[in-house]
Parts: sequence; C-alpha cells; structure tokens
Amino acid sequence: MNKVVANAKEAIKGIESGMTLMLGGFGLCGIPENCISELTKTDINNLTCISNNAGVDDFGLGLLLRKNQIKKMISSYVGENKEFERQMLSGELEVELIPQGTLAERCRATGAGIPAFFTPAGYGTEVAEGKETREFDGKMYVLEQRFDADFAIVKAWKGDTEGNLIFNGTARNFNPLMATAGKITIAEVEELVPAGELDPNCIHTPGIFVQRIFEGKNYEKRIEQRTVRPRE
Amino acid sequence: MGLTKDQIAKRIARELKDGYYVNLGIGIPTLVANHVPEGISVEFQSENGILGMGRFPLDGEEDADLINAGKQTITAKPGASFFDSAMSFAMIRGQHVQLTVLGAMEVSENGDIANWKIPGKMVKGMGGAMDLVSSAENIIVAMQHTNREGESKLLKNCSLPLTGVACVKRIVTDLAVLDIDPNGGFILREIAPGVTLDEVKAATEGKLIIPDDVVNVEVE
Repeated sequence: MNKVVANAKEAIKGIESGMTLMLGGFGLCGIPENCISELTKTDINNLTCISNNAGVDDFGLGLLLRKNQIKKMISSYVGENKEFERQMLSGELEVELIPQGTLAERCRATGAGIPAFFTPAGYGTEVAEGKETREFDGKMYVLEQRFDADFAIVKAWKGDTEGNLIFNGTARNFNPLMATAGKITIAEVEELVPAGELDPNCIHTPGIFVQRIFEGKNYEKRIEQRTVRPRE
Repeated sequence: MGLTKDQIAKRIARELKDGYYVNLGIGIPTLVANHVPEGISVEFQSENGILGMGRFPLDGEEDADLINAGKQTITAKPGASFFDSAMSFAMIRGQHVQLTVLGAMEVSENGDIANWKIPGKMVKGMGGAMDLVSSAENIIVAMQHTNREGESKLLKNCSLPLTGVACVKRIVTDLAVLDIDPNGGFILREIAPGVTLDEVKAATEGKLIIPDDVVNVEVE
C-alpha cells in the first residue's frame, strides 16, 4: 500500500464541511503548516477543530478562523488571537475549553481503544459539571471520554514511506497522540525518506497509525515568543 | 513596600531541594529558575514536553522547535528529554513532579485556587493548570497579596471560577509567606521586611492565623 501522496492538496482529499479534525502542535510549534494553508484554499467550513491552541491572527489555525471555516474549537488555551476573541464573544464560534492533560489523554484514549477514563483534573470546577465523578482511595476523579475525529493532521520532522515518524524537540507535543486517533491520519514531514533509512529504535510514531504522508514545503516555523540572552 | 517579584521568586527558590523535578508556571514562577540555591540540582519540567529546561538561547541560536509552555524559545540542558503531551501529564498527574509553582487570581483559606477565568471577560483557557493543581503534592502560589484595586486575593471563599479545590499548600506574596491550615485559615509564617502585621491583616480577607514564631522573610 502506497501511503505517500504528492502534496497537501492530495493529502486533504476527503475532508468535508462539518467534519471533526485533530491538528497537532503547541502554540505555533509543530503545527501542520502545509495542510492548514491548503485548507484555507478550499470552501470547506463548519469544521470542529481539536487543537491545544488556536494559532495567532495571521498564522496557524488563525488562518482558518479568519476565513470562518471553523464552527467549534476544542482547546486548552486560546489566548493569542484577536479574531478568535471577536468570533467567540460574538457567538459565531463555539469554544470548548478543557484541561491540557485531559485533552492529551482524550486523544491518547481515542487511539488506544479506551472509551473513557477518570482524571483528577477539573474536579470541583465547572469543567466537571454534568460529568460522572467517583472516589478512588479517598480522592475524587472526573470521568472523561475519548474523542471522535474524522481526520488527524500531524507534523513530524522526519518520516518514511511506511508512515513511521520522528519528531523534533518540543514540536512533538500532541502530534504522536493525535496521529493514533484519526480515522484517517495525515502526516506532513520536513523530510521524507525511503523505508529503511530511519532507525527502528528511534521511531516515535509507528507507521500503522499513518494513512497518508508527504514532504511539506516552505516551512515557516514561526516563533511566537522569541526570548534570547545577549552574547557576552 | 514589600517584596519585589524577584524577591518573591527568590524566597520560593529556597523551597527547592536537591533532586526535585519542578514545574514553573508563567509570570513570577518563571523567575524561580534564576535563583536555584548553590549546591543543589533541580530539573525543570515544562508541560509542553521537556524535562531539563535550560536558559534562554543566545541571540541567533533560537530554535522554533524548542519552546516552553509560555511559548518562549529555550534551550535543553545536558541530560534533557523530550516527550509527548500525554507522557508530560503522566509525570504531573502521577506525582513524579515534586513541586509546582504557579500564579493565582484568588486563593481561599481552605486552599482552593482560581486562576483561569474572569466571567464577562475574554477567557483564555486553563492550559495545564487544572491538571497541575489537581495532582501535585506540593503547590506553592506566587502572587501579589492584593489585586490592582487593592482588594485581598486571600479570601474566605474564592469568588472566581475555581481551577482546583483544597490543593494549595503555601503562598508567597509581596507581604508574607503563609501556609494553608488543613482546618481552614492562612497561617502567617514570615512577614516581608518593612511590612507591619496590621498591613498583612488588612490585606487578608480570609481567616489569618498568627502563631508566636512569625519571622521576617530573609532578603538580601
């Protein structure tokens, strides 16, 4: 089976209005830039996007927000985006905020065949409202359920033609979890190599989870908060 | 008067112990990393997926793939590791991280904390704060004693939506160091130089417990 597709346009085939997408990344670090850019060229809308953050005004998921392609965001932190704020306050955009660890574990559960799990996060807060709670060994926990995502779109550093992925630095974040969780998982990589070139000991995401893979182009890899110390 | 932000961070740094794994929140907590006491070694965890976080990079050496949870460019120390977000929160919920330092808008006398949402204003989200406060064994809050309007942030009950319940152990403010009494109340442990007991009383809305052995916060 050939998993390799030519480009982002080929990779996103089958994504339709109203679908639920998972998109990897933390802030602008490790986001699937090529697929997001390609989605903005389509008329696809009413998307539900599961992503830790919502990009900034002119980059990342902010590009899809600006074109009103997103109906609902499921995130843990969304603070860096004025258009997001405007759409949220005006009611155009539905937003579900969930604790970051719960978001990660719900992604993991989705891919791992676990329908739900108990976590202490959010107990006694509005996050737990309407959810089952239970005591284990004297501590209270909240029942959280897996997601249901049509596509997962992830970004890796290196990948091979079998779909095996290796991430770089903190660009790993949600990507390996979401890769396991899409009904179809698309991986865009900075460098695509033939099977056999990556050390099997070093694979972060085994190819079984990836249905489509391509080498992306023109990565901007924008830095959100450039912090440096001066050279002495 | 009272402690500066840097002095608050410095006071909290004295709580660090050799071998600790520590998660620092955004704001004053970040400054704690600058004041690790000599002779001890601690590792900083950032929940976006790094253990062994180092200093900011040299100008020109910043890497877009290497950031902390505040989205700032960072470096990795020798011995650092990277991991995915589920493993990161396994470290946190599984209590492998010994100390969490974070900021707060309000803390109540039973240790409830509110730091993620102000109704009627833009809500940015809780990020990893709810996971951190629900799990960490040792939570220290770094914050100003009062808000911009001069109102106490140490309350009988939090008025803002909660981030976690009965979880805060210690609070270090510009005025004082206080512990949460398991039966309810802020136990005054240390008072900032130049600050009077009456000032602390006036700035604390919740129950203030004043033992006989209150000392001054040591500052340089």
